[in-house]
Amino acid sequence: MAGTAAGGTRQSRAAPYLLIAPGVLWLTVFYVVPIVSLAQTSVEVAGGPWWDGYQRALTGYGTHFFRSLRYAFAATILALVLGYPLAYVIAFRAGRLKTLLLGLVILPFFTTFLVRTFAWKTILNDGGPAVRLLQQLHLLAPDGRLLDTTIAVIGGLTYNFLPFMVLPIYVSLEKIDRRLVEAAQDLYSTPRGAFQKIVLPLSLPGVFAGSLLTFIPAAGDFINAELLGSPNQQMIGTVIQNQFLEVRDYPLAAALSFVMMFLITLGVLAYARLLGTEELA
Amino acid sequence: MTIPDTTESESRRTGADPADGVIVLERVVKRFGEYLAVAHADFAIGRGEFFSLLGPSGCGKTTTLRMIAGFEQPTEGRILLEGRDVSRVPPYRRNVNTVFQHYALFPHMSVYDNVAFGPRSQKLDATETDRRVRELLDVVRLAAFARRKPSELSGGQQQRVALARALANYPSALLLDEPLGALDLKLRQAMQGELKRIQREVGVTFIYVTHDQEEALTMSGRIAVMNEGRVEQIGTPEEVYHSPTSVFVATFIGVANLIPAVVEQANGAGASVRVAGSLPVAVPAGTWRLGAGAKASVMVRPERLRLSAAPPGDCVSIPVTLEQAVFQGPVVRCLLRAAEGSEIVAHVGPEQILPGLSPGLALWVSWEPEAARLLPP
Repeated sequence: MAGTAAGGTRQSRAAPYLLIAPGVLWLTVFYVVPIVSLAQTSVEVAGGPWWDGYQRALTGYGTHFFRSLRYAFAATILALVLGYPLAYVIAFRAGRLKTLLLGLVILPFFTTFLVRTFAWKTILNDGGPAVRLLQQLHLLAPDGRLLDTTIAVIGGLTYNFLPFMVLPIYVSLEKIDRRLVEAAQDLYSTPRGAFQKIVLPLSLPGVFAGSLLTFIPAAGDFINAELLGSPNQQMIGTVIQNQFLEVRDYPLAAALSFVMMFLITLGVLAYARLLGTEELA
Repeated sequence: MTIPDTTESESRRTGADPADGVIVLERVVKRFGEYLAVAHADFAIGRGEFFSLLGPSGCGKTTTLRMIAGFEQPTEGRILLEGRDVSRVPPYRRNVNTVFQHYALFPHMSVYDNVAFGPRSQKLDATETDRRVRELLDVVRLAAFARRKPSELSGGQQQRVALARALANYPSALLLDEPLGALDLKLRQAMQGELKRIQREVGVTFIYVTHDQEEALTMSGRIAVMNEGRVEQIGTPEEVYHSPTSVFVATFIGVANLIPAVVEQANGAGASVRVAGSLPVAVPAGTWRLGAGAKASVMVRPERLRLSAAPPGDCVSIPVTLEQAVFQGPVVRCLLRAAEGSEIVAHVGPEQILPGLSPGLALWVSWEPEAARLLPP
């Protein structure tokens, strides 16, 4: 096929669009359409003003919203504190054990979310090993419980989302050219200084990605609170699920969803601002 | 810009005075497990020298450089910096700086912050830091690029930033690990000139690792030729080129003819050997001790050979057959075969072109006795 120069350009110009077409199609059908439909549902109030759903969402469930955000925030911080050193050791110190350690981080994923959380229920049970250990260390009252507490819920959230924090941080640490650390030491920086000035800033994109992948799903989670918490720890995810599937108050449920999405987006934007978007590129 | 230093005379600054050793390697050996990377490196580098470590891949030159920098520690022996034993001192406590092969510029910092990194790590005050950064950026002629990020610079510019970043610390010595390897030929040649200029201006000792013998000859005050972990020879470019002490050095730098010979007799001033079976030939004796009957190689550079139809009286000459004559511009490269089979390459100029240089021609190749060197086989 002898194409003219113009024909060749036309063909290669179309190629990128053709390549992303399936992805865009998938997004449109499974994301854009449902979101639009959900938005419509949130304002289709039978026998009331269109904002009724939102009004009830904001007035009745403020506690749940902020509790969810608090729990998700706490879980994210904990996951960061636990996950960053783990990712660092795997990337910089693991040597031959690297693949094994990464495998161990991912291993929990071979069981479902539900089963893992159930396992925690067993571990944190009254009279179980965790409770007894803490009672022996006098960190817990003799009649104290771990289940049905905020600690249990946050712990569960942290545990379930830890790999989501570790893996992006690991990837961004792995990408760092080791010679940069050598160069920093050559230029009179101690190993600690090299970490602070070179490794840490260059790993921020991973920290940002990991934080998002932890915070956003954790905020909307409903399993951990259900299984490990009491009604006092109920998160917005449970409420939304309840409203959709049992109470069937669709405008309220949809409104709750959108309000939560909005709050999460605000949080993410604030975080991105904090880290400085250039460095995350 | 000159770096404040304590030596007095100009000759010490520019010359090779190993007695004034800024860096001394004493019987340094480096092993990685079973593998011997550096065997008995023992030499001194003088203040203000441009000293090159030259050799093929795997010869131990980079390992030696890294030991001087502090990224590796010698298995045996000591390394002295300004008279102080720094063998176990980490890199951030040695007053030497490295220009890495792929620059290792900090991608998240501007050119200015990269160059300021060393002074700031040493807690110099802001005014002095700023003065040094501006001074070095001027030396490398990149003052206008201070706010740019490394990703916005070309390869040659990045290399100059790496240089400025290292020099901003006024090190006792600058270590350069094949810094021009990633550049194209024209840029490399331009940068060679730049590096020489900067070294002269700044007066810092440069220790330069390269596998490119032309580069080493062009730039160095002295060269240490290394092979398989051993330092074969240390000398000025002229010394290693005209008076190599081993076959490896002779063949690694430039082209060398190696004619097998047997020593007939030797005294302090010279030796006579028999080449090509039975021809007596006089050569200056090298530092190598020879005995009668020892096998050796007579080394002559191609450009020191002359061709003639009959043996000229005052030179050493042997009969050869011309196999090939290739025109290469400034010289004609002639492939000659001696009677007992050894191959000789001669580079002859236009005045040497005898009429009818055709394959099969019987000729005499000759050289002045002082042009040859006697090497261990």
